[in-house]
Amino acid sequence: MRIISIIAAREFRRYYISPIAYAGAAIIFIILGGVFVMNIGFGLPTGSLRPDGRMVLQPLVIILMLVTPAFTMRLLAEEQQEGTLELLLTAPVRDWEVVLGKWLGSFGFLLVILAGTWIFPIIINRFTVPGIDQGALLSAYIGLVALVAALLAIGLFASSLFSNQPAAYLTAVGITLSLWVVGGMRAGSSAFSQAIAYLGILNHYYDNLYQGVIHLTDLIFFASLTALALFLASQVVESRRWR
Amino acid sequence: MIQVKNLSKSYGNFPALSEISFQAKRGEILGFLGPNGAGKTTTMRILTGYMPPTAGSAKVAGFDVVEESLEVRKRVGYLPETVPIYPELSAREYLRFMGSLRRVENLDDRIDEVLHKVGLQDRSESYAGNLSKGLRQRLGLAQALLHRPEVLILDEPTIGLDPAQIIGVRELIREVGTDRTVMLSTHILSEAQQICDRVLIIHQGRILAEDTPTNLQSQLAGAERIRVRTSSDSKSLAKLLGKLPDTEEIKLIEGGVEVSGPPGKDIRPIIARTIVEADLDLLELSASSVSLERIFLQLTEEQNAREESE
Repeated sequence: MRIISIIAAREFRRYYISPIAYAGAAIIFIILGGVFVMNIGFGLPTGSLRPDGRMVLQPLVIILMLVTPAFTMRLLAEEQQEGTLELLLTAPVRDWEVVLGKWLGSFGFLLVILAGTWIFPIIINRFTVPGIDQGALLSAYIGLVALVAALLAIGLFASSLFSNQPAAYLTAVGITLSLWVVGGMRAGSSAFSQAIAYLGILNHYYDNLYQGVIHLTDLIFFASLTALALFLASQVVESRRWR
Repeated sequence: MIQVKNLSKSYGNFPALSEISFQAKRGEILGFLGPNGAGKTTTMRILTGYMPPTAGSAKVAGFDVVEESLEVRKRVGYLPETVPIYPELSAREYLRFMGSLRRVENLDDRIDEVLHKVGLQDRSESYAGNLSKGLRQRLGLAQALLHRPEVLILDEPTIGLDPAQIIGVRELIREVGTDRTVMLSTHILSEAQQICDRVLIIHQGRILAEDTPTNLQSQLAGAERIRVRTSSDSKSLAKLLGKLPDTEEIKLIEGGVEVSGPPGKDIRPIIARTIVEADLDLLELSASSVSLERIFLQLTEEQNAREESE
């Protein structure tokens, strides 16, 4: 636990001096701010502003799918590129502790960003009567946290495969976009297409959690995906020793 | 401290190490001498627990490098060939990170101690990325020393340094090597001779020779080329020296000749006497230093000859 927290703390702090982290955060807040201002601008004069705190969450989900891999691409790829992985793996540290620590550090940073986006629902709450449905909002945010956890783990897995950061980024985006589009398979009636559709990462978000319904099955889906990606990442790190 | 038995490592079909065996005692500085690609880094990576061997076994500080990898890693300080630094951390932050991973007690005091030891006490707040090559090397060495390891493994510790820095690092290695086992790799013969108590010569994944530097040198004395210059011309000098029983190979150079004798025999006295007796003026008589290439050539030739006769 101690080793994991040391590595996590170091990765977390590192984001505050990382240009990519600032660029990623800027994209999130500028686009969300734009969407928000447009909604308020149209909604307030016409009186059609809905008391829904989730208006920024749909664009946020899309942005997160493209931006989180940029937050994770350096995590292991850079250590391989710079040769510092050799240093870490010859310290009395287990491979999975490195992987878990790095994931936790990035998760912590994304939690800070997600907490920042809460500002938009707070403002909407002040403009509308009787205010927004806080329960639904909380459920949607819990889903968002679970989604981000999985996206980060997938990104970390992609980063373990390469010593080249852009390659890690594209691989992670490729995996997440694939997991998104297979969700469309549920239009099919066969058991096979239903099984594939189960992997649709956004279905597990929008179907219930986003609607304000917390189903354990959806949370288990995200947790399993996260655990699987982290497991694969530590397997890849370990396999480096055998090459 | 280090016990290696029949260690082999293959990368795919390429055998990087073929059944090497050696030992190192506490307080010993063991030199690993060989050209690039000889298997030095591979051996060190196995001993530090970074990668497992394909066959054979290795024990460091009494622990098996595969079965008890974590115990080995606790007791080993390692400086890889490319010094692994995090450019965005200061020297102190870097050591604090590594020291906390390694559970060093009284970490801040210990960091001051090693920074002082490697002469970086004035640069402790500099970002590692802004340090010169020589200073990075020292920082890497500080990292390797931080947890007071019983065994220190240094991969090419003086590569890419300027002469003054090389002397500094060599002195430092000798100093820290008094109370622990040090294993270092180099492809500079004189460096191995200066620092090490014992030298292993490794080539193409095999150990060709293992001895103290002094013994190794006398064993290889025949590989020395003697440069002779006299007042006479090269050709008649070559003719004169060619009559001697011990001169094996004579090469003409400008103003004189280069002669090599049989292994283990110093032919300089007889050459000097011959020249004086022939009433020539001796202008130069010097042994050109043995180059690593010649040592390898000789050792591999000996090995091939042995294999053929078997």
